Amino acid sequence: MDLFRVLVVDDEKDFLETLVKRLNKRNIETAGVASGEQALEMMKQKLFDVVILDIKMPGGMDGIEALREMKKIQPLAEILLLTGHAAVETSIEGMKLGAFDYLLKPIKLEELLVKLAQAFEKKDSHDQKIRSARIKELIRFPGRVFDQEKP
Amino acid sequence: MRNELYAGLRRKITAITLVVSITPLLALGATIYFQFSGMYRDKIKEQIYYRAKTQADGVDLFLKERTAILGAMADTNQFNFIVEEKNLLPIFSIVNQRAGAFVDLGVIDNAGRQSAYVGPYDLAGLNYYQQPWFGEVMTKGIYISDVYTGFRQIPHFIIAVRRQENQLGWILRATIDSDVFGAIVKAAQVGRTGDAYIINSEGIFQTRPRFEGKILERSHLDPSQFGGRTTILERMDKRGKSTLYAGSWLNNDKWLLVISQEVEEEMASFYATRSIEIAIIMAGVLAIVMVTLFTTRTTVNRLRETDGRLDELNAQLVHSDKLAALGKMAAGVAHEINNPLAVILQKTGWMEDLLEDEDLSKSNSYAELKASIAKIEEHVERARKVVHGMLGYVRKMEPRLEDVDINDTIMQTLSLLSNYARINNIEIKTDFAVDLPVIASDQSQLQQVFLNIINNAIDAIRKDGLIWVRTKRDDSWLSVNIEDTGPGIPPDKQKRVFDPFFTTKEPGKGTGLGLWISHSIIEKMGGSISFETDVGKGSTFTIRIPIVVPEKK
Ligand SMILES: Nc1ncnc2c1ncn2[C@@H]1O[C@H](COP(=O)(O)OP(=O)(O)OP(=O)(O)O)[C@@H](O)[C@H]1O
Ligand SMILES: [Mg+2]
Ligand SMILES: [Mg+2]
Repeated sequence: MDLFRVLVVDDEKDFLETLVKRLNKRNIETAGVASGEQALEMMKQKLFDVVILDIKMPGGMDGIEALREMKKIQPLAEILLLTGHAAVETSIEGMKLGAFDYLLKPIKLEELLVKLAQAFEKKDSHDQKIRSARIKELIRFPGRVFDQEKP
Repeated sequence: MRNELYAGLRRKITAITLVVSITPLLALGATIYFQFSGMYRDKIKEQIYYRAKTQADGVDLFLKERTAILGAMADTNQFNFIVEEKNLLPIFSIVNQRAGAFVDLGVIDNAGRQSAYVGPYDLAGLNYYQQPWFGEVMTKGIYISDVYTGFRQIPHFIIAVRRQENQLGWILRATIDSDVFGAIVKAAQVGRTGDAYIINSEGIFQTRPRFEGKILERSHLDPSQFGGRTTILERMDKRGKSTLYAGSWLNNDKWLLVISQEVEEEMASFYATRSIEIAIIMAGVLAIVMVTLFTTRTTVNRLRETDGRLDELNAQLVHSDKLAALGKMAAGVAHEINNPLAVILQKTGWMEDLLEDEDLSKSNSYAELKASIAKIEEHVERARKVVHGMLGYVRKMEPRLEDVDINDTIMQTLSLLSNYARINNIEIKTDFAVDLPVIASDQSQLQQVFLNIINNAIDAIRKDGLIWVRTKRDDSWLSVNIEDTGPGIPPDKQKRVFDPFFTTKEPGKGTGLGLWISHSIIEKMGGSISFETDVGKGSTFTIRIPIVVPEKK
């Protein structure tokens, strides 16, 4: 199994820093940014398995907007929504746009880890399916191996 | 206060309606009465007027006829002939045959001596030269006397005519019995109170009146009050009865024929009509009064009912408005609290991580630090519960629709609670309708509601009791009844049980959000929660959910 690569997006600095520290301490490769814009920048450079995204960030890009963009940049990354406020409509919209699940703050790290594991599993099985589809494709059209893009 | 208002309104409506409807009725009644009574009186006067006039004409004609026949007899017989009694007798009988009413007949020479006489009295040879009428006949030719008793002591009057024969005048004179004459007049007496008689210009009765006196006595009427030809007078007697008199002059204005009639008698039929009219009006007034009282009462009562319902509705609106506003506020507050809580939890988590890591685990304070952190986390958890509870319904406001079997859902909920109930010696009995349809609803939300309400029931009973859970279907609704044998809800708390944070439980034990959330969830589904409670006996909460049939897949 690959290493976890997680991106945390939250405007609450104290929360962000501590969470990143704690995840890293548990051998999950975690990066943290304080806004939607920064997150998109980051995702253009680096692949992530799971993004933990705070829906409500005052000022700047709102969570849903960021979610939509993220799905364009990295369609396979699973996104976990986090909210301090049960903005139901937003959460539901997020789910429709392909978010994996949503969690209500405050949340214990243990619970978060469980969700992360589930998200990663799903992503992994996705990747597996894609890989096996590609293998089948390769078997049928061996010549295509040369014009494969990077995974 | 309110009641006074309604009573005032009722009085006002009643008064206005009564005035508006009774006044015209009375005015109409009065107008009809006075118009009609005036017309009737005129009619009576007219009748009596014509009666007097025709009767007077009749009497006049009677006199003229008698006078004419006497004149004819005088003119056709010579004095020498007629003065023989044997010649006068047949003339008398002819005259009586032709005209009647003559008592006797006499011939008087120019010296006033009765030269011949035919009749029942012994009057031959009497001399009338001194009598005033003798001179009058000799000069005027015709004379009709007033009634008098004369030599014979019986009321009578005479008609005399003069014949001029070769410078020598003589007189043919006849007597007419007043009674016979009076009978003609009497024919005009009608009814119980009607009278008819003749008086002369001095007011002396010439015929026998029915009531007002005797012949030849003076009448109480003053003839000079009666003007030309025919006149009507109205007189009031001592008893306050009014009498109409119609007088008509005759016999060259020497006599006055009077017809009298008590007004009251003539008005009798009018009075009967008047009684009927009054009765009808009274009945009308009575009907109006009754109908007015009745309709006013119904109207005001209906108004009161509507007002009551409006008040109730307003109270409900205010209540649900309040709940909605609180919901919005709760969401805002939750955000502001959850974020700091999240930070605290991460920080304590980090502290725990560090404690595990370093050599700190060997420190003396390690245990205490650990314990403190655990306490912090415990209280964060407590705060989290409150806020999450508050948001419970917001979080999944849009119910997720799935196929739900209500009975199943309740059974699952009960299995969660059975232990808790058993410990407290509380029995939970169920009575489920078997034919309930599967509905499209949100199972976990429903479960949350049932859990809350059954939990409340258990908490209310505390120890030893019974809870009934019943389901049934009525029309397009499913209803779930949860009845407990708890203490009930005192009246002053009944209004508040659905308010957020309203609890009677000890601090830390109840959030007071259970019913608030349940209410919101059920209301979102289009249903309702209500309760009945009897202090000292228990409460019954009823949840009604509309039956929404799942779409066929
Ligand atoms: N069945 C019942 N019998 C008597 N009182 C009741 C019953 N159900 C509710 N109540 C009253 O209504 C109050 C509010 O109930 P609600 O469920 O909203 O909050 P709670 O039960 O106090 O708190 P929580 O639901 O968080 O445990 C209760 O504290 C109790 O006083
Ligand atoms: Mg935020
Ligand atoms: Mg409760």
